[in-house]
Amino acid sequence: MIDQAEQPLSLEALRAGDRAEFARMVETYYTPIYRLALKMLAHEQDAEDVLQNTFLKALQHIGAFEGRSSLSTWLYRIAANEALMLLRRKRPELSIDESADETDDTLPLPEQFTDWCCLPEKEFVTTEAKKQLDRAIQELPEKLRIVFLLRDIEGLSIKETGEALNLTETAVKTRLLRARLALREHLSAYFTERLPSEP
Amino acid sequence: MSKPEHTHDLSCKQLLASIGDYVEGGLSPDLCQEIERHMAGCEHCRVVVDTLNKTIILYHASAHEAEVPTDVRGRLFQVLKLDDLLEKKP
Repeated sequence: MIDQAEQPLSLEALRAGDRAEFARMVETYYTPIYRLALKMLAHEQDAEDVLQNTFLKALQHIGAFEGRSSLSTWLYRIAANEALMLLRRKRPELSIDESADETDDTLPLPEQFTDWCCLPEKEFVTTEAKKQLDRAIQELPEKLRIVFLLRDIEGLSIKETGEALNLTETAVKTRLLRARLALREHLSAYFTERLPSEP
Repeated sequence: MSKPEHTHDLSCKQLLASIGDYVEGGLSPDLCQEIERHMAGCEHCRVVVDTLNKTIILYHASAHEAEVPTDVRGRLFQVLKLDDLLEKKP
């Protein structure tokens, strides 16, 4: 979730080209935008490119920003598009558009049933477990990953995530659930290897 | 999760479809109760819901750990021609 600046940003000043206000907007949002790009792309230089292009585009278009979504959702939308464009340049077949899978209500059935839920927090919130989680996030298909990052890491609402990605709320919910279940499977497999076996 | 002899009111597959709203607290009390009744008699579903909740706790615990390197911030302000407004970080 983005930390709000002490004084709310003035859309009027931003639209009028106030440099100091734009700098304040950059200061407020550059960390979450970089974080989103880095987790989406897993590549520092690519994440920096997305960060710079996001704010260059924002600078170019802020005058026409109508405020139909919040400023943060607008910036996330630009950043998500930049990240996906970069991925598409590497893999032209990539698509995140809504497709038949959103209307297909069959979810992949869970396969891992190890009960690691009662591990004390210090035993499951470990550096190694977090690394496993990062790996699992990278293994998510891009169309699930971007939804997961916006909703569950950056804390956008379902509605805002849909606005940022031009998806319906139903599609966001479906992708989010698929992503969460996939991460749970991955972590369950990891913890299965670490739990003491029953006598 | 997919026991052939399963006879609960709410099938495991239906529970799976509602799990997202359930963990976010977005279901009606009636549906929550139905899910909880189902989980009381279905160990696999209980484990899936509990470990899904733990998965969410784990990624929330690490969600905001990534820091932006100082030079990345500096180059961003340069590219935007705002470097005269770049405030020094403590």
